[in-house]
Amino acid sequence: MYNKDTISAISTAVGSAGIGIIRLSGKDSIAVADKIFFAKNKKSLRKIETKTATLGYIKNFSGEIVDEVIVLIMRAPKSYTCEDVVEIQSHGGGVVLQKILSLTLQAGARLAERGEFTKRAFLNGRLDLTQAQAVMDIIQAKTSTALNIAQKQLQGKTGSEIRALREEILKLLAHIEALIDFPEDEVEELSGGSLQNQIDNQLAQIKNLLTNFERGKIFREGLATAIIGKPNVGKSSLLNFLTDSDRAIVTDIPGTTRDVIEEFINLDGVPVKIIDTAGIRNADNLVEQIGVEKSRSLINDAQLILALFDSSKNLSAEDFEILQLIKNRRTIILLTKTDLPEKISVAEIEKLTDAQIIKISTKTGAGMYELQQAVVNFVGVVDLEQSFIRTERDADILHKVQKHLQDAKVSLLNGLEIDFISIDLHSALELLGEITGEGATEDVIDKIFATFCIGK
Amino acid sequence: MESNFVVDKYDVIVIGAGHAGIEAALAAARRGCKTLLTTLSLENLAMMPCNPSIGGPAKGHLVRELDALGGEMGIAADQTCIQFRTLNTGKGVAVQALRAQADKKIYQAYMKNICENTANLDVKQILVEELLIEDSQVVGVRGEQGETFLTKTAILAAGTYLNGAIIIGENSYAGGPNGQRAAVKLTDSLLKNNIELRRFKTGTPARVDGRTLDFSKMQVQHGDASPLRFSFLTAEPVLNKVDCYLTYTNERTHEIIKKNLHRAPMANGLIKGVGPRYCPSIESKIITFPDKERHQLFIEPEGLNTQEFYVQGMSTSLPADVQIEFLRTIAGLENVQIMRYGYAIEYDCINPLQLKPTLELKNISGLFSAGQTNGTSGYEEAAAQGLIAGINAAAFVKQESALILKRSESYIGVLIDDLVTKGTNEPYRMMTSRAEYRLLLRQDNADLRLTPYAIQLGLATPERKKIFQRKQSQIQLATKKLQEIKITPNNQLNDSLENLKIGAINNTMQLAELLRRPNVKYKTLQKIFDLPEIDDDSVAQVEIDLFYSGYIEKQAELVEKFDRLESQILPLDIDYSEIKNLSLEAREKLAKIQPHSLGQASRISGVNPADISVLMIWLNQHK
Ligand SMILES: Nc1nc2c(ncn2[C@@H]2O[C@H](COP(=O)(O)OP(=O)(O)O)[C@@H](O)[C@H]2O)c(=O)[nH]1
Repeated sequence: MYNKDTISAISTAVGSAGIGIIRLSGKDSIAVADKIFFAKNKKSLRKIETKTATLGYIKNFSGEIVDEVIVLIMRAPKSYTCEDVVEIQSHGGGVVLQKILSLTLQAGARLAERGEFTKRAFLNGRLDLTQAQAVMDIIQAKTSTALNIAQKQLQGKTGSEIRALREEILKLLAHIEALIDFPEDEVEELSGGSLQNQIDNQLAQIKNLLTNFERGKIFREGLATAIIGKPNVGKSSLLNFLTDSDRAIVTDIPGTTRDVIEEFINLDGVPVKIIDTAGIRNADNLVEQIGVEKSRSLINDAQLILALFDSSKNLSAEDFEILQLIKNRRTIILLTKTDLPEKISVAEIEKLTDAQIIKISTKTGAGMYELQQAVVNFVGVVDLEQSFIRTERDADILHKVQKHLQDAKVSLLNGLEIDFISIDLHSALELLGEITGEGATEDVIDKIFATFCIGK
Repeated sequence: MESNFVVDKYDVIVIGAGHAGIEAALAAARRGCKTLLTTLSLENLAMMPCNPSIGGPAKGHLVRELDALGGEMGIAADQTCIQFRTLNTGKGVAVQALRAQADKKIYQAYMKNICENTANLDVKQILVEELLIEDSQVVGVRGEQGETFLTKTAILAAGTYLNGAIIIGENSYAGGPNGQRAAVKLTDSLLKNNIELRRFKTGTPARVDGRTLDFSKMQVQHGDASPLRFSFLTAEPVLNKVDCYLTYTNERTHEIIKKNLHRAPMANGLIKGVGPRYCPSIESKIITFPDKERHQLFIEPEGLNTQEFYVQGMSTSLPADVQIEFLRTIAGLENVQIMRYGYAIEYDCINPLQLKPTLELKNISGLFSAGQTNGTSGYEEAAAQGLIAGINAAAFVKQESALILKRSESYIGVLIDDLVTKGTNEPYRMMTSRAEYRLLLRQDNADLRLTPYAIQLGLATPERKKIFQRKQSQIQLATKKLQEIKITPNNQLNDSLENLKIGAINNTMQLAELLRRPNVKYKTLQKIFDLPEIDDDSVAQVEIDLFYSGYIEKQAELVEKFDRLESQILPLDIDYSEIKNLSLEAREKLAKIQPHSLGQASRISGVNPADISVLMIWLNQHK
């Protein structure tokens, strides 16, 4: 086994509805957990069978209850890391998880380094490389939707869809190659119409995968969102409203597995990453205040812009500048302070922009549900049954595959012969092989013989 | 007679006078080496034991390349074949291929005559039983009479004769194809010298008596009206002298075969060797594709002066009585008389991973191997390897650098690289789908790709050289002219363009641009522009280069990338176990294959891109 230490960490992102898990791994993990966990059935963890869940309490060393939890034991080698693993599942928020974590450390565990569980799983031969990557995604998942996506990956769903796409291209190519290499055998002709249909189909599949990739990326990395508006329009109040509530997810609590502090807001499953929260909050410093100039620089990095306008005041020159700025950008307009007497109406703003407009008040909480829904709609429906491409590299490969299929279609429409169609199909097949780790030429040849009755 | 006596001393001795052996011997002799070609029987030089045809997709390409390099097969085929057809005409210019029906006897006679009249070349009927090897270097061969021939190099081209076994139904006996002897002791000699052997099998159909066939019940297949030619040297049109016929099996045929499957050698365990997937016996076709109601059969004449017909598609090793029974269910074959039964043959061949890309064995200096002995199938594949082995044996003798053709410049390069890098688990057949740059490897430009090598090696006759240089300069001239002539839209020009169905132009352009339009031909442009008069072959090159330029350039870019790895030569004495960052598997595989270049290394299964990066760094450090 790779390491003697027993390690401990908060191992999932803390969502508003999610379960927080503290995971221990190593030969002493059961002993460590046993010191702070008290089962309702009074059994010692050492006597509990592998893969069974036990309900009980975590108590601190003064005997006070910290949380009611479920503990799951997985004994070596049938565990994620191939070591003894204990999972403490808590419904408590970040603070409770922190407390439980520090109790495990006091009980003899060492704080895990970032990705150390996966590393152990990998080194102990439990995971292959792609799976390990997916696990890293799970570790970094911002919301439970993101977690779901990563888990799909782990189950090999994406792989199977890409393999299915590759299989279709392979079949088509094998057909063409059989016609070319065995012209005197009985290989059925391939009509231009059928060729085009098949290529169109493949293109549709790629498009699907790529669309879901863009969405999946939002779930992994957060939706980069800029909150802009002139000073005093209510930016930091909105930020505070969103982060003070239990929606705030601060994944990177010191003492967990990451160092960089990033703030995410969970809007109905969408992890929203607010750009420059410090700048927004730093209201005392007038220089730092976010005016038009600052807005200008912020929106470049944003996938979504929340543009704020004070509904209790008439539109100023600065407001008009901001309206100009957000033209043709993906924006939701928020009319703030609607608890105050209205100076500008939705109708008025509508004339000036195509963007969706929502009235909000951080005092009363009005409009916050609509804002949440607007963001969810903005991201689009994520089909969890669909697969997700994981990395930029894979997406990049799929884009290239897409280009080749388009080129093949152009050749076809230009009336070129099948050999020319095969050139791009072959390139597409080779590229997909870079994802699935399969070769092209030998597979095409195998396919020919498996599919067609060749031979004289 | 003395038991061991030295008869003579040669530069190159070729064992086996099949398609590989002949090309090897001719190439070595033509390169000035004193060469001996040995055969089991002088009656059977250049025999075609299987189908009476040459060419087809990829195989036809090989013949064209062989010809461009100064080989004999293309010329012989043009001179002696009796029907010619171009296949794949509507599928793309690069995959078009010529296939011809051979007259087996005339082909053999032609080749025998060439061999007997080539300077530096002796032809002898000898059953070679032993390779004489000293200090991992071949020094001679010994025949069954105890006669010894000393030599600097030897080329193994023993076809399917190594430990050959013929199987028909329940009967099996030692032998080569067509009632020949098998070379049994030579196999022992190879084993003794630590050459790894494997066992392959292949099969042929029955030959039937033409007088018992009813051709009126079959579809007739004529040759092309104006056929292509294999050789760049053939000036006269080739002639169609016979027809082929098409008929089909039916349910009754299949029933008989199914009923007798238990008597098939592959069922009764008589056959252990691995057979080719592209040439399955009729029994395995019926097992593998049970839903197919009929299989097509081509009835092909074996020659002009014989009644023997070859039943293409009916390869079988079922017992003789079953062969007669099922053949007679077929339309046109109701009264058929079999002249020779179909049979399966099992034979030893060497694992080609033991070869360098020069076709020399890695562990025995001066010993080369070519053809079916290397695990390939097909006359064309054999001939192509024979030529390369002959060229490189001569290079060995003359201490010149060897010829290693790249995948990016020839099918021959693909063939040999596949063999020595990936090996093969079944008799290897060339297919166009194996060539990743096949758009560039067309049969129409084989001379442009390869004849410069022939000239350099001394394998191009003055005539070949003249024809090649003429074509080259015509292409250059026409291309230059097409670029020089600028055309500007005006009424008069557009009228004449419309008249010729070329279509009007809107902008000033090079004349070459017009050739990129579909259906525009050089000959048409010649009617209104001052373009040089050039041969049809040159016209074809100019047209193809322009019309398909987009695709050609795309592949050329890929080739450029490919060649970068290919040109990084790995020294033979690398100790891969010393390169610590290589994966364990890569170290083992690299040590075994001993790739000649980084490119070849990258194609070895189990060597991944990370390993290649490691090797690149290592190469840079050790420059
Ligand atoms: N009545 C009311 N006042 C608000 C609301 N949101 C913000 N304010 C007030 O507006 C002022 C400026 O808000 P702040 O969030 O600091 O604006 P920022 O400069 O854009 O960040 C503060 O005094 C807030 O209390 C709201 O929804 N209703």
